[in-house]
Amino acid sequence: MAVQTAQLESYLECFTDFVCATASATPDWLHTLREEAFARFCDVGFPTTRDEDWRFTSLAALARTPFRLAREGAASLAPSDLAPWQMENALARLVFVDGLFASALSTMGKLPKGVTVDSLASEVARQNAANGSGTVAGHLGRYLDTVRDPFSALNTAFLEDGAYIHVPRGIALVQPIHLLFVSTAGSDSAPSPTPSMTHPRNLIVVEEEAQATVVEDYVSLGAEIPAFSNAVTELVARGNSTVVHILVEREHLKSFNFSTLRIEQGRSANVASHSLLAGGALVRNNVHPVLAGEGAECLINGLFIGSGRQHLDNYMLVEHASPHCASRQFYNGILDQRAHGVFHGRIIVHKDAQKTDAKQTNRNLLLTDDAQIDTKPQLEIYADDVKCTHGATIGQIEDNALFYLRARGIGEIEARRLLLEAFAGECLGRIKPGAAHDYAHSVVEARLVSLAAPAPASSLTAESPERNLDSHWEEVG
Amino acid sequence: MTLLQIRNLHARVGGHEILKGIDLTVNAGEVHSIMGPNGSGKSTLAQVLARREAFEVTGGEVLFHGKDLLAMKPEEAACEGLFMAFQYPVEIPGIGNAYFVRTALNAVRKYHGLDELDAMDFLPLYREKMRLLDMDEQFMNRSVNEGFSGGEKKRNEILQMAMLEPSLAILDETDSGLDIDALRIVAQGVNVMRSPQRAMIVVTHYQRLLNYIAPDFVHVLVDGRILRSGGPDLALELEEKGYGWIETEAGQVAPASA
Ligand SMILES: Nc1ncnc2c1ncn2[C@@H]1O[C@H](COP(=O)(O)OP(=O)(O)OP(=O)(O)O)[C@@H](O)[C@H]1O
Ligand SMILES: [Mg+2]
Repeated sequence: MAVQTAQLESYLECFTDFVCATASATPDWLHTLREEAFARFCDVGFPTTRDEDWRFTSLAALARTPFRLAREGAASLAPSDLAPWQMENALARLVFVDGLFASALSTMGKLPKGVTVDSLASEVARQNAANGSGTVAGHLGRYLDTVRDPFSALNTAFLEDGAYIHVPRGIALVQPIHLLFVSTAGSDSAPSPTPSMTHPRNLIVVEEEAQATVVEDYVSLGAEIPAFSNAVTELVARGNSTVVHILVEREHLKSFNFSTLRIEQGRSANVASHSLLAGGALVRNNVHPVLAGEGAECLINGLFIGSGRQHLDNYMLVEHASPHCASRQFYNGILDQRAHGVFHGRIIVHKDAQKTDAKQTNRNLLLTDDAQIDTKPQLEIYADDVKCTHGATIGQIEDNALFYLRARGIGEIEARRLLLEAFAGECLGRIKPGAAHDYAHSVVEARLVSLAAPAPASSLTAESPERNLDSHWEEVG
Repeated sequence: MTLLQIRNLHARVGGHEILKGIDLTVNAGEVHSIMGPNGSGKSTLAQVLARREAFEVTGGEVLFHGKDLLAMKPEEAACEGLFMAFQYPVEIPGIGNAYFVRTALNAVRKYHGLDELDAMDFLPLYREKMRLLDMDEQFMNRSVNEGFSGGEKKRNEILQMAMLEPSLAILDETDSGLDIDALRIVAQGVNVMRSPQRAMIVVTHYQRLLNYIAPDFVHVLVDGRILRSGGPDLALELEEKGYGWIETEAGQVAPASA
C-alpha cells in the first residue's frame, strides 16, 4: 500500500533537503544506495495490520505524524547531561545526539592496534578520500533487506551517521563498546515544536576469531515531544568470532522507536543478541540473524517491560542457511496497566540447513487484566532433518509466592519487586558476567521499581495459574 | 503472659465456612499441639493467623501481644513476631535462599528500628543455623525451595524460623513426610528455639513428633471447632483411638450446633 500523499510529501521534502545538504560529502555509491532505498520506501509506504509481519502493531499514529529530519547534533549538550547513562569500565563510548556523532561527548579509550571505533560518517569520508576501497562500501547495505522492510529502506534513504566498528582478525575486545544514542527535543523552543526523526545506522564487522561486545543504548533527553528513531545495525560476525550485542531501548513515553539488527554469521561464529525494551510509546525491535556458515550459533535473548499504554513489539526472523547451526530464542515480557506486548518469532530453515537445532521460548507476566500479549511462533522448514521446539506461557504474579514472601515480613511492594526481578533475572542470567551485564542489570532494576506498586485488590486475590499456549508451529514448505 | 488470644473466630474460604468459632489462648513459654482429621480447618486457622487475604474472617477477634492481629497485613504480623511454617512451602525460582532470608530479616529489623545487616554480618549467622539443621551450604544460593525434596523444604522452613526468631511459631505439619532422621533434626531445630518468651503451635496428624517436641496442651480440631483440649495424654489417646470417639461424644453433648 502506498503512503498517503501528505506523508509522502513530508518525507520527500525531508529527503530532498537531506540530499542537497549532504551532496558534497557523499560518494556516488552511497548516493545511489540512498536514492534506491527512498524509491523503495515510496513504493510501499508504511505497512498496515493486513501485512502478516505487522498484524499486531498499528502504525497509524506514526504514519499520520509529520517529522522533520533532526540534524543539529550536540550543540546544546554538556557532558554532565549524559551522567545518567554512564557505563562503568566501557572500552569506548560513542555518543550520538539526534543521530549525529558528538565527538566532544565521546571517549575512545585505549584500543588495541588495528581496531577501529569511529563514527560511520567520518569513516565513509576517510575511505572515500582513500579511493573508496574500504570495508564500508563493501558491507554497508549488503545484508539488509530493504525490499521486505520499509523501515530498513527509510533508514537507508537517510543513512548518514552512526557507529562504525571494525575488529581485525584474532583480536579480542573484552570490555564493551558503549554506543549512546540521545534523542533531544531539539533547540526548537516553540510552544509546539515539530516532532523530529533520526535514522542512526551502525556497521559492526568482527573478523575471523575476533571478539567484541557492543551495547546500543537509546535514550531521550528533554521535553517529551513525539520523536521517531529508526535505527539499523548491520553486524557481520566472521568465522569463529564471538560477538555479544546488547540493545537497550528506554526512550521517553512519546517516542516511536524502531530498531533492526541484521546479523550475518560465518562458520562457527557465536553471536548473542540481548534486547531490553523498557521505554517508548510504540516500539518495534527486529532481530534478524542469518546463520550463513556451518556450525554457527545464535542466542537471541530479550526482555520487554511495559506499562501505561506502551506497545512493545518484538519481531524475530531467524534464518538457518547452513547445516549444523543452532539458534536459541528466549523472550520474557512483563506487562503492566494497559501495555501491549508482541512476540513474533519466525524461523526459516533453508533447504541445505540439515541438522538445524532451533528453540524458541516466550514467557509473559501480565500484571493487570488490561495488559495484553500477542505471541506468534512461525516456522518455515525446507530441510528434512531438523529439530525445532517452541513454547509460550502467559501468567500472573503468583499469589502463593507473594504470600510466602510477605509471611516472612517482606512488604508487598518489595515482594512484588523481588518476584519481577526473579522473572527478569532469567534473561539477565543469559548475559555473560561483566560490565555490559551489570549495566543491563541496572537498567532493568530501575525499570522494575516503577512497576512494583500493588495492583487493584481484585487481581491480587484472583488465583490464576500460568497458562500454556501450546499453539502449533505454522509449517510452510 | 498471654501471647495470643483467639475468641470465637469464624472464617470462610471460597464461600464455605471453615472455622466455626475457635477459642484458644496461648501464653509465652507454652507449646500447643493442634490435631484433627483432614480438612478440619487446621491449615485454615494457621493461614488466617498468618493473615492470608484469601481467607475471609467473618467473626471473632484475635489479639497478638495485645494488638488486633486481624487488622494486620501478613508482613505486619510477621514483623510483630508471628511465624508460620507452611504445610506446603512455595517454590520461588530466581530468588536465592540466603538473599530471601536476609531481605526478610532486614524487613523485620527495619520494622523495629534496627540497622540492616549486610551480607558480611548475615552470612556467619545463616551458616551457623544451617549447620544446626544439617543443611549443606550449597542450599544458600539455590532458589527458594526450588527442586527441594519434601524434607529439605521443611528444614528450610525451620531454618527461616531460626533466623527470624519469632515470638509465636505456628508449624503446620512440619513433620509430615519426614523420615526419622529428618524428624529428629527438625525437632532439635524447634527445641533450641523453645524459651519462656516464645510460644509454639504445632499442627500435626501424628503423635510421633510430639515424642520430640513435648506439648503442654493438645487440642482436637474437628469441622472448624476445637472439640476437646487436654494435656499430652490426649495425643496418645488419639493415636490409639482415632478421632471418631471425640466426634461422637461431642455430637451427644451438643447436637443442636449442627
Ligand atoms: N482455597 C480454598 N478454596 C476452597 N476451599 C478450601 C481452600 N483451602 C482449603 N479449603 C477447604 O477448607 C477445608 C479445610 O482445609 P484445611 O486445609 O484448613 O484443612 P486441614 O485441617 O489443614 O487438613 P489437612 O490435615 O489435610 O492438612 C477443606 O475442606 C478444604 O477443602
Ligand atoms: Mg493442613
